[in-house]
Amino acid sequence: MKILKLAIKNAGRHKLRTGLTIVGLAVAVMAFGLIRTVIDAWYAGAEASAPDRLVSRNAVNIIFPLPLSYKEQILKVPGVEKVSYAHWFGAYYTDPKQFFANFAVDHHTYFDLFPEVIVDSQTLANFRSQRNAAVVGQILADRFGWKPGDQVRLIGTIYPGDWDLVIAGIYHGRDKTTDESALMLRWDYLDETLRATVPVRAGYVGWYISKISSPAEAVRISAAIDSMFKNSLAETLTQTEKQFQLSFIAMSGTIITALRIISYLIIGILLLVLTNTMGMSARERISEYAVMKTLGFKPFHLVQLIADESLFISLSGGILGILLTFPMASGFGEAMKYYFPVFETKPQDLLVAGIFALCVGILASMFPILKATRVSIVDGLRSIG
Amino acid sequence: MSIYGERSRTIVEIEALSKSYFRDSLEIPVLRNLNFSLPEGEFVALMGPSGSGKTTLLNLIAGIDRPTKGKVKVAGTDLAQLSEGELAKWRARHIGFIFQFYNLIPVLTAYENVELPLLLTSLSKSERKEHVETALGIVGLSDRMHHYPRQLSGGQEQRVAIARAIATDPTLILADEPTGDLDKKSAEEILELLSRLNSEFKKTIVVVTHDPRAAEKAHTKKHLDKGELS
Repeated sequence: MKILKLAIKNAGRHKLRTGLTIVGLAVAVMAFGLIRTVIDAWYAGAEASAPDRLVSRNAVNIIFPLPLSYKEQILKVPGVEKVSYAHWFGAYYTDPKQFFANFAVDHHTYFDLFPEVIVDSQTLANFRSQRNAAVVGQILADRFGWKPGDQVRLIGTIYPGDWDLVIAGIYHGRDKTTDESALMLRWDYLDETLRATVPVRAGYVGWYISKISSPAEAVRISAAIDSMFKNSLAETLTQTEKQFQLSFIAMSGTIITALRIISYLIIGILLLVLTNTMGMSARERISEYAVMKTLGFKPFHLVQLIADESLFISLSGGILGILLTFPMASGFGEAMKYYFPVFETKPQDLLVAGIFALCVGILASMFPILKATRVSIVDGLRSIG
Repeated sequence: MSIYGERSRTIVEIEALSKSYFRDSLEIPVLRNLNFSLPEGEFVALMGPSGSGKTTLLNLIAGIDRPTKGKVKVAGTDLAQLSEGELAKWRARHIGFIFQFYNLIPVLTAYENVELPLLLTSLSKSERKEHVETALGIVGLSDRMHHYPRQLSGGQEQRVAIARAIATDPTLILADEPTGDLDKKSAEEILELLSRLNSEFKKTIVVVTHDPRAAEKAHTKKHLDKGELS
């Protein structure tokens, strides 16, 4: 019989209290893991970025477009291998609340720059041969029940009107982090329609994507592109794809910060819950600690006894919470898959949750340890019956 | 003689011992200039009215409290010279303490309670088992060793506490009102057991008691009143 065994037996003295504490800790750890997963989901686009892709947008703001003519100029910059472009389309299907990402893209080049977006040859041929063709991700197709050959009508918001599209095919993600919830229609379809209806808005693209020879050249090439359009009517800001994605995420910075704060508050609550439980346990057992000291046990034995019990409870809660995070995140991810196309709990988030549970176990035992080791044997024995 | 074999041990020497407690700046004297010695193998009953300082004296002999003045020497060791850590180690080796309310750990079986002080020794698991079974055999609870305290009567709990006190074969057994919480029959059994530990195993025993029957079992009675011994 060792101290650890006694600590575990002590934890089982008040089964309801210990059980509720463990469940409380598990829920807190699960909530922490879930919130971290939500934050990760926000950053999934940035994480999926390729280091050899640059994005050039209008230096004033992303909402201002760039002339189509920039494409050929960008291609001339040393180190740029391919250039494509895209434009935020911003339409919806039947219900404005059912948001999904939709872009108008250059049908000749766009998919060449995104090898992680897998489009079969038939789909690509369909997309390139039909002016109003669109390629959709598997998640989006599942969401609306779209199949290749279906005719769908999007309702424009930035470009008002009904936009009749034909589903050319479905793309799949090569990686788990690839978004499968977007729709890509042809930019020339948008542009030709604008030429006929609002000519002043025609001939512009939202941003350029450049495939570069080496990620190490990113800074030089970005500077070269931007200097080329310096003092023009539409100056550019060229960033790596990751920086570009992060600039979007920064728009939701307050929400993400709030989520981060909440996740740490949860850890604080977890600490209070366990400290309370351990404090009650220590108060009840002061006389037992005095008896153990009388038998010859030293303060470090009591430190071990109390810390082991606290760690047993915190780690039990932590492990249970981590185990619960998987089905919870899976269910949450499924329910939110149209908003968070990539929703996967990272092992490092669970590791952080586990480390927090460990730290909470240690911290929660501090107060009872101080109390148990500082009280004199005589005072401890006086608390008997 | 030891419960585990032959051995020759020790005495208690108390010189000019005083103990006071302090409430804010107010000094409350409990023991005044006590002188007391105890030969090996003695069975002493320490009697006196409540508040006379009996338990305080027992605590000082056990090394769980420090005197205000004077010297307490047990088994040849001046306790004042020991640090708290050394004192804990010394207690584990030399003192077997029996409490009025048994003070067993409720989540441990009788066996595990008796084994508890042995965890501080270098004994192997099998040696500890031998010691525990011997101690529980002496107190007549071999058939209850896997029972929890809540499954035992008060008298049986106190016998487990005695087994715990003798498991390490201590130099000195100190008992604070060991029959104070027991019915008459159980109290007699406990007193008989203490008497047997003294006569058969030559254990030196100091019992703090109000119980005249306990005093009758002792070789020597000491009266403590208003902090003075007679």
